[in-house]
Amino acid sequence: MGKGKRKVPGLNQSSTADISFILLIFFLVTTSMDTDSGLSRRLPEWDPDAVEQEMKIKERNVMTVQVNKNNEIFVKNGVINRVIEVSELKDIAKEFIANPDDNVNLPIHEEYDIEGYGVVFTTVKHVISLQTDRTTNYEVYFQVQHELSKAYSELRDAWARKTFGKHFVDLDETQQSVVKGVYSNKISEAEPKQYGTAQ
Amino acid sequence: MSKFRSNGKREMPELNTSSLPDLIFTVLFFFMMVTSMRDVEVKVQVKTPTGGSEIEKLERKSLVSHIYIGPPSKQYRAIYGAAPRIQLNDYFAEPEAIREFVISERESMYEKDKPFMKMSLKIDQGVQMGIVTDVKQELRKARALNIVYSAGKEKKD
Repeated sequence: MGKGKRKVPGLNQSSTADISFILLIFFLVTTSMDTDSGLSRRLPEWDPDAVEQEMKIKERNVMTVQVNKNNEIFVKNGVINRVIEVSELKDIAKEFIANPDDNVNLPIHEEYDIEGYGVVFTTVKHVISLQTDRTTNYEVYFQVQHELSKAYSELRDAWARKTFGKHFVDLDETQQSVVKGVYSNKISEAEPKQYGTAQ
Repeated sequence: MSKFRSNGKREMPELNTSSLPDLIFTVLFFFMMVTSMRDVEVKVQVKTPTGGSEIEKLERKSLVSHIYIGPPSKQYRAIYGAAPRIQLNDYFAEPEAIREFVISERESMYEKDKPFMKMSLKIDQGVQMGIVTDVKQELRKARALNIVYSAGKEKKD
């Protein structure tokens, strides 16, 4: 038997830091912190039986946005009919969607009943028709989509501030859906066709 | 005066490093939590466009499936050429394969999540719309209607 008390020798921990450093570096390397972001869209349902139906839409309710193979943006509605720059598109779209001055050449204001809010006067029947060529550049198409989205969200924000006294993002969910009902997204993309290319 | 004068040699006290492993472990755990291993090797070059205020972050990664469209990376050029291709999971595909891809992705999701499935389209800026339209038509046929045009947010302007 030894001498009564014996000290337990302390474990040498100086290498723990190195071990965990190696682990740390491994995770640092493999990690991908990039959160995905993008522009959300909903595609229309696919209906194989749908024949090209002639939709009866009044001319004043339609705005056509065409992006051709040279990436020029051509806009046509009741008041404008020309090639524009991307930067102009937002304001043109806003004027078209809201029709603030009740122009007879822009979409008609109609009574529209929104669940949970009541009747509002808005341009329910407006349609923005977006047409592209097969050789249109994706970047241009994306910018067009982005500008149109911006037009909608600025209108929504303005209406939300006027009605609820808050920014759109600060509203609760039901209020947001009310505002979305007032200015609902009516971008329609034509079925693919070949525009202006030699057959 | 002599009270403050140092008396000859003095040893530098050693820094106590016993808490260093704990510190590093904390950082390690943080990275272990946020990490998500890259599951596919991207074989196409994709530089997504940049937008501004309308770009939303995608929450809940488990709902999102990716479709990459772009010109093949350098090492695949010899075999596949430089024309933009579609990449699903780990392989190049034709637009017709998208339907099967959607079905298998849907299969791997929880029942309650299925209606919220999102397809993230990571499309290179330089791609022409033709291939994008084909993909969108196939997605419609596969009833995967929620799509996201993947894009970065511009730096503060």
